[in-house]
Amino acid sequence: MELIAFYILAAIVTVSAVAVIAAKNPVHSVLWLITAFFTSAGLLVLIGAEFLAMLLVVVYVGAVAVLFLFVVMMLDVDFVELKQGTLGYWPFAALVGVAFAAEIALVTFARSTAGDEINANPGAATNAEAIGQVMYTEYLLLFQMSGIILLVAMIGAIVLTLRHKPHVKRQNIAKQTARTRKDATRRIDVESGKGL
Amino acid sequence: MDITVNHFLAVSAILFTVGVVGIFVNRKNIIVILMAIELILLSVNINLVAFSVFSGTIVGQIFAMLVLTVAAAEAAVGLAILVVFFRNRGDIAVESIDLMKG
Repeated sequence: MELIAFYILAAIVTVSAVAVIAAKNPVHSVLWLITAFFTSAGLLVLIGAEFLAMLLVVVYVGAVAVLFLFVVMMLDVDFVELKQGTLGYWPFAALVGVAFAAEIALVTFARSTAGDEINANPGAATNAEAIGQVMYTEYLLLFQMSGIILLVAMIGAIVLTLRHKPHVKRQNIAKQTARTRKDATRRIDVESGKGL
Repeated sequence: MDITVNHFLAVSAILFTVGVVGIFVNRKNIIVILMAIELILLSVNINLVAFSVFSGTIVGQIFAMLVLTVAAAEAAVGLAILVVFFRNRGDIAVESIDLMKG
């Protein structure tokens, strides 16, 4: 039963991965990429790695794929022109692909070091608990480092894409806080019955 | 017959190969190249999680999470660079990326 589910999911992953690189329209590529991420999350659920599966959906589908969609739609590029002449790359790509696949298959099936027992949460009740137990103790530094990596990436992306347009009114905080009551207000004695 | 680690290694090997082939096939379109890199990182993640689960050690899943972090950061910075490049040149064909004459 699980094996059948595995084969179905694996087939979907493979087909959608091929569709990602073969699609004519990059928007379709992104949608196929989302399918690939979803089905591989299903594959991970199948062996009990639920936390990573959900993280895959949240991070890849929710953030990365949406980012790709934004950029694909924001850039006004003639994708048909980009696709011209790519047919000529297929023989070389196929050669490289076959070489890679053969090497990986040789290494993979020559010997397998892992057992066949599924144990996604050793020493804990749930998968998330098992991850949390080591993530915040033994691997705390790595955890914080990945936070810094994300911060740097965020700041980098903002710095790269931020541009100051001229003729746009902006708040000048220094000027604003340097204002005192004396130069911001004036007192006028108004004679009664006359107005200003 | 149950699912073994070899099943997962086969899937991730296929994904990795498809990703590498994708880089070569879509040499003109840098967006699809970035997507192919995401595919490669996904295959690495599947590999790490499969080994982690089938050998009963949780460390692989922690590493998969770190790979996920780096993949997200890479996508963000890569696409930001792409947007800036598009602003400067008006297209994103890979062969026109020669401003530095490297």
